Amino acid sequence: MSILYILIPLGLVLVVIGIWAFFWAVGDGQFDDLDTPGWSVLIDHDASGKRPGEAPPDQGT
Amino acid sequence: MPTTTQCFHCGEPIPAGLRLEVKLDGEARPMCCEGCRAAAEFIRDAGLTDYYRFRDAPAPRPRTEGDDSWVTYDRPEVQDRLVRRHGELSSVNLLLEGVRCAACGWLVERRLERRSGVTGIAVNPATGRARLEWRTGEAALSSLLRSIYSLGYRPHVLGAADTLEVAERERRQALKRLAVAGLGMMQVMMFAVALYAGAFDGMDPVLRHYLRLVSMLVATPVLLYAGRPFLEGAWRNLAARQLGMDVPVALGLVLAWAASTWNTFTDRGEVYFDSVTMFTFLLLLGRFVEMSARHRAGSTSDALLRLQPISATRLRNGNAERVAVAELGSGDTVLVAAGEAFPADGVLVEDATSVDESMLTGESAAVLRGPGDAVLGGSINVGRPSRAVVSAVGHDTVLAGIVRLLERAQTERPAIARLADRWASWFVAGVLLVAAGVAGAWMIVDPARAFEATLAVLVVTCPCALSLATPTAITAATASLARQGLLVTRAEALEGLARARRVVMDKTGTLTLGQPVVRRCRPLGGLGEMECLSVAASLEQASTHPIARAFARPEGPLRAATQVEAEPGAGIGGRLEGVRYRIGRRDFVAAIAGPRDADDAHTYLGRDGEWLAEIEISDALRPGAAEAVARLRSLGLEVEIASGDHEAAVATAARAAGIDRFRARLRPEEKLALVHGIQGSGQPVVMVGDGVNDAPVLAAATVSIAMGAGSSLAQTSADAVLMARELDTLPESVAVARRTVGIIRQNLVWAVAYNVLALPLAAFGFIPPWAAAIGMSASSLLVVGNALRLRGAAPAQAGPAAARQAREAGANA
Repeated sequence: MSILYILIPLGLVLVVIGIWAFFWAVGDGQFDDLDTPGWSVLIDHDASGKRPGEAPPDQGT
Repeated sequence: MPTTTQCFHCGEPIPAGLRLEVKLDGEARPMCCEGCRAAAEFIRDAGLTDYYRFRDAPAPRPRTEGDDSWVTYDRPEVQDRLVRRHGELSSVNLLLEGVRCAACGWLVERRLERRSGVTGIAVNPATGRARLEWRTGEAALSSLLRSIYSLGYRPHVLGAADTLEVAERERRQALKRLAVAGLGMMQVMMFAVALYAGAFDGMDPVLRHYLRLVSMLVATPVLLYAGRPFLEGAWRNLAARQLGMDVPVALGLVLAWAASTWNTFTDRGEVYFDSVTMFTFLLLLGRFVEMSARHRAGSTSDALLRLQPISATRLRNGNAERVAVAELGSGDTVLVAAGEAFPADGVLVEDATSVDESMLTGESAAVLRGPGDAVLGGSINVGRPSRAVVSAVGHDTVLAGIVRLLERAQTERPAIARLADRWASWFVAGVLLVAAGVAGAWMIVDPARAFEATLAVLVVTCPCALSLATPTAITAATASLARQGLLVTRAEALEGLARARRVVMDKTGTLTLGQPVVRRCRPLGGLGEMECLSVAASLEQASTHPIARAFARPEGPLRAATQVEAEPGAGIGGRLEGVRYRIGRRDFVAAIAGPRDADDAHTYLGRDGEWLAEIEISDALRPGAAEAVARLRSLGLEVEIASGDHEAAVATAARAAGIDRFRARLRPEEKLALVHGIQGSGQPVVMVGDGVNDAPVLAAATVSIAMGAGSSLAQTSADAVLMARELDTLPESVAVARRTVGIIRQNLVWAVAYNVLALPLAAFGFIPPWAAAIGMSASSLLVVGNALRLRGAAPAQAGPAAARQAREAGANA
């Protein structure tokens, strides 16, 4: 069972890394909006994104 | 009744006879107005048709009227307050009215991304907030706002000290604590399993000591970081000399942790780190759910703050100047054009005008205000241009007061939770006494087991199951109802809904949509139907009265009326090509068209010496109203209408919705008497209404539900607000409320029974602390799990089967 003396600290290090990663994600706003990203993959960005070399339509009236 | 199709863009019914279409992806789609057509065409031409495929709620109806108030946002003194600058970039926080789904947010983002100068835009559809960043020199804020507005979403610039940021910080903090507690709990549980197995089968003492040390290493940060809200809460409670829920929680946590730590270092007895972490995690989870529900409720007060206009016309030494509302002071004279909102509370100087206070009060008809009368900031001047002397600005206005009231109501804990808290504090005192007694008794009998038995008593009787029983059920039910479109503002509403046997509904705006449409136009004189409607539309385009919207027909030749005279409460008149016309109530028209015997219920059109048309304006029934009524009936509730409207209109609506009992032409005090009468016979009443005239009735009813579309004063006095457009939510809420009360009862019975059983066992030393911890956690889990059954279960039942069943039940009734 002496393997536990290595594996458990190793596991704890992983937990700490996991918590650090989660803290980073929360701080980065990854959990602020849980709906939009799910939709955004379905919507075709290329057809609508800002295309270079094209004057942006500016009919905002 | 003619069938009305719905606008493809905004989902509102299309006025009879109107044909407006936009070709989208090769198919002609019907539109209800020019604004929707323009917005749909814009979306198509910009290649954003995907929006229609992905949205899950109809778009807001764009407003076409000119709005130059955006320019105010370019004034430096306004920008200083609202815009943050980082180098050459500026950013603002926006609140977007009408953003209802992910597709709306996507649409706004795509639209702005294409504007030159915009460097970043992020819309959060869940909260309707957006963050806009642009290069200061390259784009004017006003033009960016205007392009959002052209899509139909009205943007509101939020100040720096914003509730959103507070809520966001709170949510992020809670998520971090949950993660630490959750991951820590998993680790400690793993070690605990090994320790329990070792306790039965024997274990190497060195390994046992090692596992205990590691458990302590993990449990300590969980207690100190994740459990901090409880420790701080308990400290605050003690400092205020109160026994709140946090006191036994913190005491249990700290005692269990301290004993375990002591036992770890002395290598004796038991450790309870698993209980400490599990306890922390479960309690945090409960608080997180409660917090999420609270944040969702916060959006109501935002809606009120949006009412305030951003700019005003100030008169100074005879000169009119456009200033930001923030610059106004008490005593300033402002000029408010017809159709504009009053910028602050004030007193009218001269000329009577009519004022639409519907956003503040829910009263859909405009009210007449004379010189010297007070007008409220946020109400809309629908009569003639008026001057008012400002009497209160900013935080002193009635509007700001209502917002404060609402916010206070939201931070207040529901009465039933307060009751549970009070019980809990007595319970806590009792538990502490019993624990002290047990400790004393064991010290005499067997000092070696004293600590273990005392700790078992403390842990096993932890009132968390008892204190979780009610709030978790209420929170779960509130969250589930909020998803379905009913915002519960008071916890008592659930209990009342469960008990209710009678439902009294207002008609206008409640059973119906509150949007008038022309049902019928009967020519009386020398003009045909279409001509009459064209004349009516030409006259009414000058009016901002709610009724005028019924005539808004953008196609057909609209002529400009001259010498327009609006008589508040009576009608509107004017000259078209030299001929004097009047439209409105019978006596108003009779003044130029001559006497005539006619029904007061209708609207009339006439010109000098001639009656032209009798126009029937009515209000479309809310979608699903008939099904909702049938379903309410199948739940054993009687539904009736109490309306201030005239007999014929009420009867039509009642017939369409399948309601046999209705009363028309009721004054507010008669409605109140009706509700009191029903309550006198011992039956709890649910009142559904939306106007200021309903406010006293709402307050008197056992449970009051206000309609969410635009009636804020009514909402503040209501127990719940129906945000959904459909009435289906109503019977669903009754069903959920009944289940909630049932589950609260089960939970309380279980929690009390468990404590009554476990306390003597623990006191006599039959339960070791680890079993006590498991029993306590299992009991809490059972209670929480039982309460969580309220989430999500409801929508499944509202499926087609339930609706069909309801219709059949309605047909049989």
